[in-house]
Amino acid sequence: MGEKVLMKGNEAIAEAAILAGCRHFFGYPITPQNEIPEYMSRRMPEVGGVFLQAESEVAGSNMVYGAACAGARVMTTSSSPGISLMQEAISYMAGAELPCVLVNIVRGGPGLGGIQGSQADYFQATKGGGHGDYKLIVLAPSSVQELMDLTITAFDLADMYRNPVMILGDAILGQMMEPVILKERPKQDLPPKTWATVGAKMRPKNVITSLSLDPVKLEKHNLRLAEKYKRVADEQVRYKTYMADDAETLLVAYGTCARIAQAAVDIARERGLKVGLFRPISLWPFPYDALQLTAQESLRVLVVEMSLGQMIEDVRLAILDSKPVCFYGRTGGMTPTPREVLDEIEKIVEEGI
Amino acid sequence: MHEEVVFAGFGGQGVLLIGQLVTYAGMIEGANVSWMPSYGPEMRGGTANCQVVVSSKEVSSPLVTEPTSLIALNKPSLDKFAPWVKRGGLIIYNSSLIQSPPGRTDVRVLAVPANEVANELGDLRIANMVALGAYLATSRVVSCDTVLDAMKRVLPERRHNLIPLNRQALARGIEIASVWHSRDRGDVSGRQ
Amino acid sequence: MKQVFGRPDALTDVPTHYCPGCTHGIIHRLVAEVIDELGVRERTIGISPVGCAVLAYDYFNCDFVEASHGRAPAVATGIKRVLPDSVVFCYQGDGDLASIGAAEIVHAATRGEKITVIFVNNAIYGMTGGQMAPTTLPGQRTTTSPRGRDVESAGYPIRVAELLSSLSGVAYIARVSATSPANVTKAKRAVRKAFEMQIDGKGFSLVEFLSTCPINWGMSPLEAMKWVDEKMSLYYPLGDYTQVPEVG
Ligand SMILES: Cc1ncc(C[n+]2csc(CCOP(=O)(O)OP(=O)(O)O)c2C)c(N)n1
Ligand code: SF4
Repeated sequence: MGEKVLMKGNEAIAEAAILAGCRHFFGYPITPQNEIPEYMSRRMPEVGGVFLQAESEVAGSNMVYGAACAGARVMTTSSSPGISLMQEAISYMAGAELPCVLVNIVRGGPGLGGIQGSQADYFQATKGGGHGDYKLIVLAPSSVQELMDLTITAFDLADMYRNPVMILGDAILGQMMEPVILKERPKQDLPPKTWATVGAKMRPKNVITSLSLDPVKLEKHNLRLAEKYKRVADEQVRYKTYMADDAETLLVAYGTCARIAQAAVDIARERGLKVGLFRPISLWPFPYDALQLTAQESLRVLVVEMSLGQMIEDVRLAILDSKPVCFYGRTGGMTPTPREVLDEIEKIVEEGI
Repeated sequence: MHEEVVFAGFGGQGVLLIGQLVTYAGMIEGANVSWMPSYGPEMRGGTANCQVVVSSKEVSSPLVTEPTSLIALNKPSLDKFAPWVKRGGLIIYNSSLIQSPPGRTDVRVLAVPANEVANELGDLRIANMVALGAYLATSRVVSCDTVLDAMKRVLPERRHNLIPLNRQALARGIEIASVWHSRDRGDVSGRQ
Repeated sequence: MKQVFGRPDALTDVPTHYCPGCTHGIIHRLVAEVIDELGVRERTIGISPVGCAVLAYDYFNCDFVEASHGRAPAVATGIKRVLPDSVVFCYQGDGDLASIGAAEIVHAATRGEKITVIFVNNAIYGMTGGQMAPTTLPGQRTTTSPRGRDVESAGYPIRVAELLSSLSGVAYIARVSATSPANVTKAKRAVRKAFEMQIDGKGFSLVEFLSTCPINWGMSPLEAMKWVDEKMSLYYPLGDYTQVPEVG
């Protein structure tokens, strides 16, 4: 086990990438994730890697496309407006099945919005922000340690499934400091990148493209992708629960909101209210079955988000009409407080929902 | 033990640093900790604050909305955060820059002339350390020695020459708190 | 009669958020004075960038639009094509104009778009806290070039005035600074000329200001002014860069 150090969330992501063997980073400054490119500009030269500040997120994400084609472990990071600009490249990479890691330290939108933390990019991340029938693997850490661990996992998942993986954080996670243990990465058995365009030496040439003018072929390609997504959905569902066993009111929250919801659970329990928490960690694939099972014994579900309600659509798909699904959210960079969540719990309990 | 603190002041008064020192020291002493700063362009010459949790339990919310303690180094910070402090909590304010104490009777209030003391010691920039000393002595959340240990890790090597001066500033803060304890707060002085 | 030191009509009385020693404020004032002198305030539309000047819409007392990062010249084009008699100006930083918005500015210029661009080159990203800009000087330290800009890896700074002056749609380009009363006078003349070119329908005009960012350069306001005069203006010589467009 490694040393315990105090790190900012953003820096933990950067160091995790280096631990995962990422030696190529392309990015463009944007608050609240500037610590990542800044850290990389110091650290990459020390480990013989490449840091390059791109002229834009459009360029940066296409540099990632190129580096992934060349077989590298590669990452770019940004925040909401910058991630919007990357959607074209993301769609291309999903179509061409290129592994890469993308980080979105979400801030309040829409448009230029603000720089405080938000979860309003859930739809964009999980429902396909770019064009076409594709899926990103989306992981939602809720502590600095998890930012580190899941960033390392993200590189492995990307290589394992040849798919872009997104870490969906928020400004609070990016800016806060918590202790982390720097762990050695467990060795993974990953498929060799025989498809990479590194020069056709002693083999037929490799071509990486997402073009397919023949609709019969394009449909086939999409069906093959769909099979892969199904495999991911079977194998990579991640979630955690907190005092959920006997919960009459089950909170569902991810990322920073899950931390706040957990605080609300603690206060509620002190007051004798049976409240628990279900925390999706993989937002895609969403833990539909696990949530349905966890919620089986509870009377009601309360979704808490830093948005006006995005994940709630997936929660509804999991719960269907078996019990009421309520919502509490703040948006625009505002954060719910544990007290507000508690008030909401008390309100719905009282109303007999 | 469960301490939720807000350190607040002007940008440049070093509130983020003293918050980080408490967080680091807490970690060294084996507690669960988190540190959350304010950030962005509003920090330029504006106000800055950080929210710190030091706890024997797992830290759930890193956002502090009902602090057990507030260390306010300027008036706008005191005005903003004093109403947030939990009943029975602690407010330490920089009486060099803040004329009137916060209007709360349900919390413990300690005035620390941090700028004056720092000036006496010859460097205004260590006013934050004077306030921190007073806070450490009053809250006992982490020990002063651990904070000095943390300082070695948090400050870049080239600024380690400042540590002795910081130690003096911490000591002066501790002294101010002790005098206050023995004079005004006979009930808690036993904890010294 | 106008008071000599009074606030131009084209500026509001909102106090700006710029740091001490930052020349964004002076540049605002010069632009506003020119708008007043030309009597075009009521038909002027400004476009603010994403950068420290994003809040220019609070400070200028004319209609204003906030564009996404780098796209101000495209937004300006849209406005100008709808309202050909309006006076449209973009106010952009170096990251906004020369990095993410490099395509938009080149194409607006080469189309001879009848707009005026006030380009504020402070060799750094101010708003986001001091990262490398496309105009950061070789060797200059920033938070993403901590060892100094290494031209081997990060390439060379872009000279925007020179680059755009090769395009035939350009009617007027100048590089100025605001570091002394004499320079301010010259700068104002350039801004006025740029607006006149637009109003006369001559084509695209741009004034590049060498500007300060003391906070992110880690300098006092005075040192920053000196750095503009002694370092920046060596790499970016002041002067008129207009070349008579050859339309073949
Ligand atoms: C798409 C997008 N990418 C990045 C940002 C973050 N951002 C805000 S301002 C800025 C650059 C500011 O620098 P500059 O244009 O030189 O203007 P200055 O602040 O120095 O005046 C950046 C990168 C953003 N808002 N949107
Ligand atoms: S950060 Fe730089 S450019 Fe922005 S207002 Fe301050 S001095 Fe001016």
